[in-house]
Amino acid sequence: MNQTTHGALSFRCLTTVWILLLVLTGITVGVSHLDLGAINIWAALGIATLKASLVVFYFMHLKHEPRLLVICLFIALLTLAAFIGLTFLDVLYR
Amino acid sequence: MSQQNDRGFLQASNLQPLLFDWIFSVDHKRIGLLYLYSVCAFFLAGMVLGLLIRLELIAPGPTIATAQTYNALFTLHGVVMIFLFIIPGIPAAFGNIMLPLQIGAQDVAFPRLNLLSWWLYILGAFMALTSLFSGGGPPDTGWTFYVPFASETPTNVSLALLAVFIIGFSSILTGVNFVTTIHRLRAPGMHWGRLPLFIWSLYATAWVQILATPVLGITVILVMVERLIGLGLFDPARGGDPILYQHLFWIYSHPAVYIMVLPAMGVISEIIPVFSRKPTFGYKAIAASSVAIAAAGSLVWGHHMFVSGMSDTAIMVFSLLTFLVAIPSAVKVFNWVATLYRGSISLEPPMLFALAFVFLFSIGGLTGLVLGSASADVHVHDTHFVVGHFHYIMFGGTGFAFFAALHYWLPKVFGRMYNIKIATIAWAIIFVGFNLLYFPMMLVGLHGMPRRYYDYLPQFQNLNVIATVGSWVLAIGLLLMFANLYRGIRRGTAAGNNPWQAATLEWVVTSPPPGENFSQPPQVTHDPYDLQQAGKP
Amino acid sequence: MTTQRDAFGARLGMWLFLFSELLLFGGLFLLYAVYLARYPSEFAAGGQQLDTLLGTGNTLLLITSSLTVALALSALQQGRRQLCQMLLCATILASLLFLTIKGIEWQAKFGHGLFPGGAELETLPAGQQIFFSLYFVTTGLHGLHVLIGAALLLWTLGLTRKGLVSAENPVMLENSALYWHLVDLIWIFIFPLYYLLL
Repeated sequence: MNQTTHGALSFRCLTTVWILLLVLTGITVGVSHLDLGAINIWAALGIATLKASLVVFYFMHLKHEPRLLVICLFIALLTLAAFIGLTFLDVLYR
Repeated sequence: MSQQNDRGFLQASNLQPLLFDWIFSVDHKRIGLLYLYSVCAFFLAGMVLGLLIRLELIAPGPTIATAQTYNALFTLHGVVMIFLFIIPGIPAAFGNIMLPLQIGAQDVAFPRLNLLSWWLYILGAFMALTSLFSGGGPPDTGWTFYVPFASETPTNVSLALLAVFIIGFSSILTGVNFVTTIHRLRAPGMHWGRLPLFIWSLYATAWVQILATPVLGITVILVMVERLIGLGLFDPARGGDPILYQHLFWIYSHPAVYIMVLPAMGVISEIIPVFSRKPTFGYKAIAASSVAIAAAGSLVWGHHMFVSGMSDTAIMVFSLLTFLVAIPSAVKVFNWVATLYRGSISLEPPMLFALAFVFLFSIGGLTGLVLGSASADVHVHDTHFVVGHFHYIMFGGTGFAFFAALHYWLPKVFGRMYNIKIATIAWAIIFVGFNLLYFPMMLVGLHGMPRRYYDYLPQFQNLNVIATVGSWVLAIGLLLMFANLYRGIRRGTAAGNNPWQAATLEWVVTSPPPGENFSQPPQVTHDPYDLQQAGKP
Repeated sequence: MTTQRDAFGARLGMWLFLFSELLLFGGLFLLYAVYLARYPSEFAAGGQQLDTLLGTGNTLLLITSSLTVALALSALQQGRRQLCQMLLCATILASLLFLTIKGIEWQAKFGHGLFPGGAELETLPAGQQIFFSLYFVTTGLHGLHVLIGAALLLWTLGLTRKGLVSAENPVMLENSALYWHLVDLIWIFIFPLYYLLL
């Protein structure tokens, strides 16, 4: 059952991810000081998604898990997106 | 027959009081039976409440209850039947007992978590019942807890909401357990194409439980906090939007309808091939339609809100999506009928209940289309037509499937057979009583009688009297059925390992099943409905 | 009972549970999205009253604690139990620090009457009241999860000390680490949405 275990991630790899996360936090704080109008919120969300992917794929080892978990995560995110998206069909056009 | 040795998992350990043997057991079969006893008890309680509602409506004006009491009655009937009976009914009771048996596993993936689920369910049920007798009196909001009324009524809504939250948590844990079990614990040879259709329906249901229930969780938390400290999130005076509550509530509660009905469809898919002596027609289509119903059913919640003031764009989209759900549902019905075609049909009690399901579910489904089309819905919204429609789905569908499952699987669980003749008579009385009760509701609804009022105009009385008489007939049939089953469990003749000559794995082991299910993981060699292979793994 | 352990099954179960946690917060994010679309300027005004410095500090704290718990798992898998325990202690410490900072923030808001039911809040425009209500519910629920995560890690630390969690049987640490990362993930979204609004 090779899929039940995964090797330890190296300290170097994890630390690199951490540094990237710090940099991205800096960027998102920096961007928030620029007035880009509606782009601000999308930039913030985009950077947050990038950070979240780093956490999910490296800290949470998703990169080394069977594809099943990736598909499951995708289903969960799609569901959340559908819930929010369909609600907006109401609130945007009311 | 040596009585003591073949009691299987029912055998007492004699190491501790018998009660502890059960309420602290991590055996999925015992937990399933705990659920079964609990849901049956709550069903009877809900039935009494339903009878009282019908009795009140036998004549216009106050008959046995005041307006306030009537509000409490239908709220409780809804909360008990929905959260304590239908949602856990088939998946938690029969799902727990049958899931590991049908896939050839020794237990579910997380047995202790499974026990915790049952305890949470009982805790939630206890709190729901406590809410009747404490605080500001029984909740009077209806089971939907709509704001702003739910955040302002002085009745004991907060405790009832907490109960709903805890029962929801229990439901999530069951879902997590089932998905993991189905992925990880299938016996060798039990690949996805050989999974019994009941398991497919449990799988789809479990996903809905995992992904939709937490939305209800946060919604009831928000209403509780609103009542406690006043957030204003749904209060227009403070910038909130009450319609958003309805969105959040139905984001869970519409998929919840599929939590209720999908496992029921799974039961029917098990029973029909066995009693037609034919492999099921369109196995793949039925399996896929379970997943399709779960997916599409999560996108249609807005059809409960056509007259709420939602945008017209949303109404059109939700109406269209609602019609789409009819497709996989119809796929199931057509495949069941095709399985019956040229089968060697034997009308044993499980089959009678299954056939009644197909008939009643079709009526419920077709009347659902009337409600799903926005323009028609405006006319019948919040009338007794809606009440009749969803009882055809929930009771005629899920309720009858639950009874079918009782008659199909209890001989396996207890190793004893009930009286077939009495079961058939009970089925006939239930079927007649059911239609007498709910069909007039749809008619009176079309005539314009609104739901949730203790009073009505005199011209609606004839149909209401018929419905109330129907409720008595139905109750007599149900009591007869339960008494017959109880007598069968206690004193029935030995049922044997495979009384129905079915081919799924649970019929391979002894009845009642042994504590560890299978001493060796079985090597599965045939499809679930390959009836020539009945009794072999 | 099966005696062999199914480590992947246990992780799968945890992931599924995390999905339900995600959808739990999802309901709040849904409300946030709708109300942000309706009250953009009020939300920006509300966001400017939050302390960006403390918020950024807490973000760095959570990210770092996510690192330490991931390192703890790697250390355990490499058989370095001593190091693993130290890293777990660091993570728990970070969680307490996070809650302290959160407490300071909340206290400042309470001091200004900016809390649900507070006198000051009632005088604000409707959109800002919604902003603060959502802020308190979301960060409150998140804080509760921090507490639960910290308790889980503490328990895991105890099991590690007893040798019940080890390189051969790391499931408990894997799963409490997953839970902790979720707490971090949620915060990664809360931070820009509430503190960095313009």
